[in-house]
Amino acid sequence: MSATFFELEHLSLSFGGVKAVRDVSLSIAAGEILAVIGPNGAGKTSLLNLITRVFDASSGSMRFNGRDISRLARHDVVRQGIARTFQNIELFEGATVLENLLLGRHRANHGSFFSQMFNLPSVQRAEAQTRERVENVVRLLDLAPHRHRPVAELPYGVRKVVELGRALAAEPVLLLLDEPASGLNPDETRLLAYWLEDIQAELGITVIMVEHDMSLVAAVAKRVIVMDQGQVLTDGTPAQVQTDPRVIAAYLGT
Amino acid sequence: MARYETGFDQARQLLRSRSDRVAYGLLALTLVAAPWVLPNYYIGEATFILIMCVASLGLMMLTGFTGQTSLGQSAFVGIGAYVHVVLLTNGMPFPVSLLLAAAGAGIAGLLVGMPAIRVSGLHLAMVTMAFAIVTEHVLGRWKSVTAGHSGLSVPDPAIFGFSLGGARLFYFVCLVVLVLALLLLVNLMRSATGRAFIGIRDSEAAAQGLGIDVARTKVIAFSLSAGISGLAGALLAHQMQHITPEAFGLALSLQLVLMVFIGGLGSLRGAILGAVLIGLLPSFISALKDALPARVGAQFGLELFVYGAVLTFFVLLEPGGLNARWVRIRKVLGEFPWVRPSSIHRTKVYMKSERYR
Repeated sequence: MSATFFELEHLSLSFGGVKAVRDVSLSIAAGEILAVIGPNGAGKTSLLNLITRVFDASSGSMRFNGRDISRLARHDVVRQGIARTFQNIELFEGATVLENLLLGRHRANHGSFFSQMFNLPSVQRAEAQTRERVENVVRLLDLAPHRHRPVAELPYGVRKVVELGRALAAEPVLLLLDEPASGLNPDETRLLAYWLEDIQAELGITVIMVEHDMSLVAAVAKRVIVMDQGQVLTDGTPAQVQTDPRVIAAYLGT
Repeated sequence: MARYETGFDQARQLLRSRSDRVAYGLLALTLVAAPWVLPNYYIGEATFILIMCVASLGLMMLTGFTGQTSLGQSAFVGIGAYVHVVLLTNGMPFPVSLLLAAAGAGIAGLLVGMPAIRVSGLHLAMVTMAFAIVTEHVLGRWKSVTAGHSGLSVPDPAIFGFSLGGARLFYFVCLVVLVLALLLLVNLMRSATGRAFIGIRDSEAAAQGLGIDVARTKVIAFSLSAGISGLAGALLAHQMQHITPEAFGLALSLQLVLMVFIGGLGSLRGAILGAVLIGLLPSFISALKDALPARVGAQFGLELFVYGAVLTFFVLLEPGGLNARWVRIRKVLGEFPWVRPSSIHRTKVYMKSERYR
């Protein structure tokens, strides 16, 4: 695949006087797992929010698969094949796990309003197909025991997995994960590492993840960028960035 | 009682087990038989409850599923009623007029919804309440069409010259409308649109991330809810036989809110149960009045007190409403005699407070 799968050019974001992201340029190749690390307030989540169009960039542009996505409507982002999870889980609490996953595939065609109202055969077929696709995610992430449980009843670790599953149900080509391992115990984190490898290797999904847990980063990411105060400090393999004096300085605060 | 799914369409089936089919069959039989055994007065009461069920379903779409508070539902009921009566008086056939009343209220909902969805929570409640007050005044002042506060008398419903005005026949008209409306909404709620409603209620951020156009979906919910309420209004007009603007005031809005809340937000069954309970309450209270000592029974405001007491009871003891209680009772019956106390207890669920962006 070409190197211009996803390209950020001179991206900046400021809230009043606060510069959350400063002139970030990045090029992401299809099929890679990129980890974004950095101290709190470094602009990592802001970067994800820029990509998913929660915020308008103050300047700069983003090209995804050769298409400019820097002015896309927020709900059109997923149609380009970009799905995400959130730092503080944003699940649909009043719905079951299955319903959450079905909502993940909302971007697929499920028939017009009135054909849904009359439950036309075309709608029934679309719903059955959606269920079938969602079951693939259930199988991949071992969610079968929780399928019909309301999300509000689930423990934290399972919720994290459900949110990952919901993003996968959207059948993305680019997956953005905001701290997928936060709050998980070491076992759950190891399991997550396996899944991420599967997601990349078998489903061919490119992953950008913001993560603090270096064990996960070192296990799955071939490339890491370190951000501090809105800027990219360094870009390299996990081993390289961990020994970079600027990174150590950013974390320890010189 | 364990059931296994053997097909992907199974989770969408309406009557999944034989006990479901038997129960709903019995319910249908009861509803069909009722007007043949009940005296006329009670047929009227039952008809009123059926109409309230329709109206309650309308508000449930908006408040229960999409999470948008509305205190303006009475306005849409009123618009439906007035559109229906004006069209009927001008010679429009009953079924067409009924649909146009729903459409008229739906369009009103669309027009109010488009600006109103920009605000949420308490602000939306205020906006919709203002709309209800304004509508009541407009109905009162627009004398050339609505005859002002002296009101309009409602022609008997008729199909092809065959009058449906009798208590028994009109009961069946309302029953058919309720069942049809319920079926259409059930279909909608088990499809993508219904899921999108719930998505918006629970997390707008995630909903947008999954491709749900939040503004558009909210307007759809608003308009749909208004349309169903308008349909209820058209039926209600016949029940009242003479409509005045005061009948569609804030009190009706509050009653509807009470119905969906007590029934259980986010459940169509809850909308029905809530409407039945609140609809029966006035009869219950008047029966209570006779039974109580004269000094207590004659107290002014006894009805308001009972409404308030019922609401307080549910807020404190059963926030999931009648539906949650029903689900638990059914679970106990299903597992009998192997009931574990833990399976009956409500799981502690912390409500997510209103989100500020």
